[in-house]
Amino acid sequence: MAEVALRKVVKRYDDVEAVRGIDLDIADHEFIVLVGPSGCGKSTTLRMIAGLEDISDGDIMIGGDVVNDVPPKDRDIAMVFQNYALYPHMTVAENMSFGLRLKHYPKAEIKARVTEAARLLDITDLIDRKPKQLSGGQRQRVAMGRAIVRNPKVFLFDEPLSNLDAKLRVQMRIEIKKVHQKVRTTTVYVTHDQVEAMTLADRVVVMNKGRIEQIGTPNELYHKPATRFVAGFIGSPAMNFIPCRLEDVGGRLQIRLTDRIAFPLPPARAARYNALPRTDKLLLGLRPEHLTESHAHLEPGVETFDTVLDVTEPMGMETLVYFGLEGTPICGRVNPNAGAKDGAPMRLAMDLNNMHLLNEATGVVL
Amino acid sequence: MADVVVEQGQAVRAARARKPASLRNVLGRKSTVAFFLTLPLILLIALLVLYPAVYSVHLATLNKSMQKFVGFGNFLFLFKRDTFWMVVKQSCIFAVTAVFFKALIGFIVAHFVHNIPAKGQRKWRGMLLVPWVIPPAMSTLAWLWLFDPSYSAFNYTLSFFGIGPINWLGDNVWARFSVILVNVWYGAPFFMIMYLAALKSVPDQLYEAAAIDGANWWQKIWYVTLPMMRNIIAITALFSLIVTFANFDIVRILTSGGPLDQTHIFATWAFKVGIEGSDIPLGASVSLFMVPILAIAAIFILRDVSKRGNEA
Repeated sequence: MAEVALRKVVKRYDDVEAVRGIDLDIADHEFIVLVGPSGCGKSTTLRMIAGLEDISDGDIMIGGDVVNDVPPKDRDIAMVFQNYALYPHMTVAENMSFGLRLKHYPKAEIKARVTEAARLLDITDLIDRKPKQLSGGQRQRVAMGRAIVRNPKVFLFDEPLSNLDAKLRVQMRIEIKKVHQKVRTTTVYVTHDQVEAMTLADRVVVMNKGRIEQIGTPNELYHKPATRFVAGFIGSPAMNFIPCRLEDVGGRLQIRLTDRIAFPLPPARAARYNALPRTDKLLLGLRPEHLTESHAHLEPGVETFDTVLDVTEPMGMETLVYFGLEGTPICGRVNPNAGAKDGAPMRLAMDLNNMHLLNEATGVVL
Repeated sequence: MADVVVEQGQAVRAARARKPASLRNVLGRKSTVAFFLTLPLILLIALLVLYPAVYSVHLATLNKSMQKFVGFGNFLFLFKRDTFWMVVKQSCIFAVTAVFFKALIGFIVAHFVHNIPAKGQRKWRGMLLVPWVIPPAMSTLAWLWLFDPSYSAFNYTLSFFGIGPINWLGDNVWARFSVILVNVWYGAPFFMIMYLAALKSVPDQLYEAAAIDGANWWQKIWYVTLPMMRNIIAITALFSLIVTFANFDIVRILTSGGPLDQTHIFATWAFKVGIEGSDIPLGASVSLFMVPILAIAAIFILRDVSKRGNEA
């Protein structure tokens, strides 16, 4: 086991920079998830750590040693691929023991390690089958087993659950978390699914256009996003962004959303935003759960307004409501018993205690 | 379309009371329709394959003047002749060696071509296929000139190194080497293109997984490439074995079986005794000898393929 460090890592393909100078420190035993939209450079970063891609610039260190020019086989890493990459002509046991056999481990130890990994992953009964005789979830377990038996310094996962159906994905997500709790190997996990990222990671690295947007624990990213990209990417349904500006009315700072709608800011927020120029074009960032039905008794900082709903989506435990505010589509989450109906007027409450304010031009959360 | 017709036929049939199989019923059956649809091909195969095969069996049982039935007489006669056993031996050496080197060279070249960047690859593939595309009767003539003992390019080049002149087609060892060389030159591109297709079908991630598992390039070939290509290798080898065993033109043009019948293989010797020696029944018997040898090879190789067929 070991820590992994990336120092100003760059990957260029001809003229295109896929990864533009990444700095990342991964602690021993840590579970790091790289997440971002397709083409953001997350898989390339993982493949550079694995040694499957050369790095154009910078340094990658595993366990303190620079491994820039070390071939994959000597990096002591194990990787789980999206399409499993099991050897079709080998049985499950042979697949799992392949790496150990190449390194000439004693037969007894190979058998012990395979048996132990198979038990851990609950695939003991499948050990003599060929990959073709296995379901997707079983193949994924075997692929993980192949990684575990090696007892490597680092586990690398490249979108391992993307080929599974939704239900199995949730199941395997939990499996992966359990396995990590048991083996505690440093893990780098790539996914485009922010739910996977949030549920699995000790820390999440959000990437966009070859750069790291923000690194943080799932809660930090959710509650304190640094940029508009992170704010919009993490969370489902996504955060609402409503054009707004600040104005001073009667010595109080208030936020104006439309000609008709303006709310005074809660004192804590007002103090925080008071120094901002009033002329800046700003965005109010508000998660759907902070836009709910109105109650008779409202907390301080919660403001109400009337609107007409476009569409409602009953989800069972909640109902998502969609409406427009001067052309900006907005989503809110209301109680299923609040009486939200398609095309019906409704009074909604906005919890400004949980608001974010963003600079529209730079996308920075203020 | 055929299905629709059949369905209608069945509906009509079901509507009527059950009668004993009438002509209409028989014609309406799916299997009957299928039979008629394949009939043209069946006839064509019967005409071009079955008839000559049966006819050659018939010929092989006649005497030289084709007047009298002699049963296995021709075969018994062949068994007693040393030349026949030499031809059997030479055919086996020729076919097995040629197929082995065709496969080996094809495999190596396929790897090189596979690693050429996609842009230039088409060009190389095209050029490397040239030997296989030229009619062998023509290209073998060019080889005949290259092998000429007095004025050929080979011996001229070798003379600079103080070697030769080598009697390429006159010395029995060199003659055997030469016919095999030309056959390998002609057939290797076919293996190359088949192996190249097989190589392309091996997922890159298997190599990446092997690289991470600690395999070096040789172990990747041994544990990933070869097992993934096993079926293609077996089928290509079998196909080539059959074609090489039955080869005629290369040996005929280069050596005509000489020197002293040393390079004869089944087809050329059958031609010699049958057509040139005017003993068609004996020639037919010689050529029929290829059938059991190839049948055994085919059974072994194809059994292995079907056993592994549902692995990948």
